[in-house]
Amino acid sequence: MLTKRIIACLDVRDGRVVKGIQFVDIIDAGDPAELAHRHAAGGADEIVLLDITATHEGRGTLIDTVQRTARELFIPFTVGGGIRTADDAAAVFDAGADKVSINSAAIARPELIDEIGQSFGAQAVIVAIDARRTANATDPVGEAEVYVSGGRKPTGRKVVEWAREAEQRGAGEILLTSMDADGTRNGFDCELTALVSEAVQIPVIASGGAGNAQHFADVFGRGRADAALAASIFHFGITDSRALKAEIQRAGVAMRLPC
Amino acid sequence: MIAVIDYKAGNLTSVMKALRYLHADAEVTADPEVVRRAAKIVLPGVGHFRATQRLANGGLTEAVRESITKGAWFLGICVGLQWLYEGSTEAPETPGLGAFTGMCERFPAGIKSPHVGWNSLDSLRSDSKMLRGIPEGGFVYYTHSWRAPVSADTAAQTTYSAPFTAAVERDNVMGVQFHPEKSSTVGMTVLKNFVEL
Repeated sequence: MLTKRIIACLDVRDGRVVKGIQFVDIIDAGDPAELAHRHAAGGADEIVLLDITATHEGRGTLIDTVQRTARELFIPFTVGGGIRTADDAAAVFDAGADKVSINSAAIARPELIDEIGQSFGAQAVIVAIDARRTANATDPVGEAEVYVSGGRKPTGRKVVEWAREAEQRGAGEILLTSMDADGTRNGFDCELTALVSEAVQIPVIASGGAGNAQHFADVFGRGRADAALAASIFHFGITDSRALKAEIQRAGVAMRLPC
Repeated sequence: MIAVIDYKAGNLTSVMKALRYLHADAEVTADPEVVRRAAKIVLPGVGHFRATQRLANGGLTEAVRESITKGAWFLGICVGLQWLYEGSTEAPETPGLGAFTGMCERFPAGIKSPHVGWNSLDSLRSDSKMLRGIPEGGFVYYTHSWRAPVSADTAAQTTYSAPFTAAVERDNVMGVQFHPEKSSTVGMTVLKNFVEL
């Protein structure tokens, strides 16, 4: 049976893994290649490397980091951050990535999804959506809006409508980050995730808000997510993906175990 | 020598990386003569079935057909497995090799497609050379929207709404729908089995 995926996420700045803003734990900071391998050995189902400074500082993805990380990594590997053209994507694929995650650049020029998909296949394109509920709307979830530039700039586009367009243009997966839940450790935005997951036929990866294993079980259940990103969860007592997955499985969700 | 066929369908980087990790003598080629000389052939592939048309146009289909008739070991991965069948509804005008009977079809509407993620290998055939040492229920990584039907040549099945061919094997001709190069230790065991044939 198809299992739900735990995707270990490495936020990289200047070639080093950095932790989330509110978190002062130092365990996770370090070399991306080394940490990617540690996560793979620890039972992660996939690795995502996000160059978090790339978009607003205009830097390209760090090809060298991607190359070193991809070497001897035998699970799926996604790279995001600073990919603006099909050529940028090609360079990342050449360096060893299996998928690219595009966000702001796809909003600015949606044809980018088609272009990468046509060259490398739909399975290689993840469209990342940073979403925020529209607090004063009659339907805050249904009216949730897409943000770009690390969640700082509203785009005026509705999340569900953009997810559908991304699918039609040939995205293989949606990576949905709730800006409301991100950093709270109070759980994923299950309502929003379920809404998007039901609106499209492609898999949806949930991100933002995880504080414990039950939160993952909830987003896989109620939230209808196909996969979830795990980053800061490893700072809080859960040692690795294997331990996290064992807990999620105990909560009734099928995981890739043993792994 | 293992000839890894380059027909511009997706990237070969990860397959080559895995083969090199296993210390295999592997070479990327689009030259039918290199394919004819190879003891083993790997046909990777991710993306659209239409891309396999380049195999026919480049003289590679005939080279592969001759080689496997002479006993060369063949492993098709993902679209490479699908190409071993008669064809795919993804590109009906592009014929497959026809080593196995049946057409590849899309997953039915109503389930998420592509089928992405780790799914289990079930009903493993005990005589499979490629799956030696793989446990029943072992997990492998998939990303695809079309799949091959189950037949007598099926070496392992995976279920996604209904069972499909996860691995196919008859004598020297083999294929896997999953990505062994992305399937951690289970996948590396499959590749190692092939390298050691």
